[in-house]
Amino acid sequence: MTSPNGGTVRTAATVPHPAAARPAPAAAGRPLAIEAVDLVKTYQVKGRSGPVRALDGLSIGVEPGIVFGLLGPNGAGKSTTVKILTTLAAADSGRATVAGRSIAADPALVRRAIGVVAQRSGADPVATGRENLLLQGRLYGMRGAELARRADELLDRFDLADAGRRQVKTYSGGMQRRLDVALGLVHRPEVLFLDEPTTGLDPEARTAMWDEIGRLAGDDGLTILLTTHYLEEADRLAARLAIVDRGRIVAEGTPDDLKGELHGDAVHAVLAGTPAADALGVYEALGRVPGIREITVDGRRVSARADDGAAAVPAVLAALDQAGSPVAAVTVARPSLDDVYLRYAGRSFADAEGASR
Amino acid sequence: MSTSTLPAAPAPAPAPTGARGSGARPRLTEGAAQTWFMTQRQFMAFARQPAYLIITLIQPVIWLFLFGALFRKVVELPGFGAGSYLDYLVPGVIVMSAVSANMWAGMGTLEEIERGTLNRFLITPVHRSALMNANVVAQSATTAIQSLIIILLGWIGGAHYPGGVLGLLILVVVASALGTIFGAFSNALGMLVRQRESIIGINTFLLLPLTFLSSAFMPPTLMPHWMQVVARFNPVNWALETGRAAMAAHPDWWSVLSHGGWTLLLAAFAVWLSLRTFRSYQKSV
Ligand SMILES: Nc1ncnc2c1ncn2[C@@H]1O[C@H](COP(=O)(O)OP(=O)(O)OP(=O)(O)O)[C@@H](O)[C@H]1O
Ligand SMILES: [Mg+2]
Repeated sequence: MTSPNGGTVRTAATVPHPAAARPAPAAAGRPLAIEAVDLVKTYQVKGRSGPVRALDGLSIGVEPGIVFGLLGPNGAGKSTTVKILTTLAAADSGRATVAGRSIAADPALVRRAIGVVAQRSGADPVATGRENLLLQGRLYGMRGAELARRADELLDRFDLADAGRRQVKTYSGGMQRRLDVALGLVHRPEVLFLDEPTTGLDPEARTAMWDEIGRLAGDDGLTILLTTHYLEEADRLAARLAIVDRGRIVAEGTPDDLKGELHGDAVHAVLAGTPAADALGVYEALGRVPGIREITVDGRRVSARADDGAAAVPAVLAALDQAGSPVAAVTVARPSLDDVYLRYAGRSFADAEGASR
Repeated sequence: MSTSTLPAAPAPAPAPTGARGSGARPRLTEGAAQTWFMTQRQFMAFARQPAYLIITLIQPVIWLFLFGALFRKVVELPGFGAGSYLDYLVPGVIVMSAVSANMWAGMGTLEEIERGTLNRFLITPVHRSALMNANVVAQSATTAIQSLIIILLGWIGGAHYPGGVLGLLILVVVASALGTIFGAFSNALGMLVRQRESIIGINTFLLLPLTFLSSAFMPPTLMPHWMQVVARFNPVNWALETGRAAMAAHPDWWSVLSHGGWTLLLAAFAVWLSLRTFRSYQKSV
């Protein structure tokens, strides 16, 4: 049920940059698992003159079977997107289909096709983990032995077999989050929404959750929409990625595409001793190396950008040596998603987080 | 009680995906089953919080003894009517307990909203009416049990019930209806204002005036005139008038029907209102 203009969705005026304009590979073949076009959502907030514009013309398209990352700072509109796509909230305008069904016309069909792990847990703390799973299954019409088997299977899979008969209020944060994911999977959904599934987990629990999410998309063939503010998480899990800022998508593509847009790696060098030549000398020496640009010199620290950072290192070392400023250490960094964020949202990730608090 | 008032979520159509087994089940039985699952959940939560359970059971006992001892002599006032004060007090404590236990229902709803539990249910195919009906069923059932316990305690203490089983049954039903009124209003309030302080404030403000502006502890004939007038519009008093009329040796059936009818009508309205606020809640998510 992809719209005939499925490919043009991404070229909408709200999505300004080239990576986003690339037509979805799926446009030609399989229908999109999630397609949202120009979603707008405003909230009336007490004590504020105008409404809050949580979504401001957001459009995304997600091919089936992949992890799609929605990356953005606090208040960017990630959870609002999830609430609308999961039929919990209604958009002011715009349209969307999930698993081929319209969220506005067929919410009941959408609900059966999706699993949701919301940002806030939602598990019943007084009930046991197993009871939570059983009730969830019953609400989807599952019953009896089949349901019991499914609940035990999920407890096993999420390493909760021992804790399954304990009240959820005794669970650690990591255990609760795993139960939340299990709750979203009881009825074997086609499309899974994960709203910040690893926030608040320690590094070990987070890695374990990442492995599990990877398996869900890989072995189980689910389509997963994942929201996160961890750049590392998006980089690691998402096959495609959209950066959300102030209710719009500001960039979209594979993580590598997005980083590639920055044209080049960062080369950082630390000079040995006090700079023999003046900064200007260093500057000029590097300027003569082909492919090196955006040079900054700050005391002993020298940074520049190069198309292929690793290949440029020998030439950089030689040039600085000749200029009388031997190098003590050199590092090459691929552009990070933080750089990407800085470029497309016009502010660094950390700044945006701070500003919206 | 209200299955028909809400245009509930569309019937569970044939599952497009893994969710199996429900497609064929008729909508009404599915709705009833869902109501039962959600009710069960509330009973379980109630049973697993023993402190809460014990307090709801002990509080009426304290009232029974406290007010019983305090007001023992009022039966000697001319125009009081009843034989022993305990006879008079039992319906009063039952109704007061029904009000005070149910007026906090909104706190639970608020907690479910904050924890995200309500949203989790709203994303499943569960009927919206099943969620609210479960509240009504659970609240009326606990109120009925609480009322039966107070009746039993009163009987042990020597109270007489001249109206017999039928009179007591009507008292229990009307107490449950009153509980539903306060439970549903409290839920609506919780969903609308989303503030614990508002619920606490309104409850503490209302409980005593509503009880004392009724025939709970003192017959209206002994009240100042203005109080009698106010009591006529007090649902707590409607429930008491219903119960007392039905429990008399020679029941005044007209009073039972009229006061009971108003109580049930208001209960239906309260449930309807809470369903409405439920939908306005979903707009604010
Ligand atoms: N129920 C609501 N009522 C009022 N305003 C809301 C509501 N939900 C979200 N908003 C506002 O909409 C904007 C987007 O919020 P949203 O929760 O979608 O952000 P988010 O990207 O999920 O942020 P976070 O990373 O903090 O979870 C914010 O400005 C927020 O204050
Ligand atoms: Mg969020």
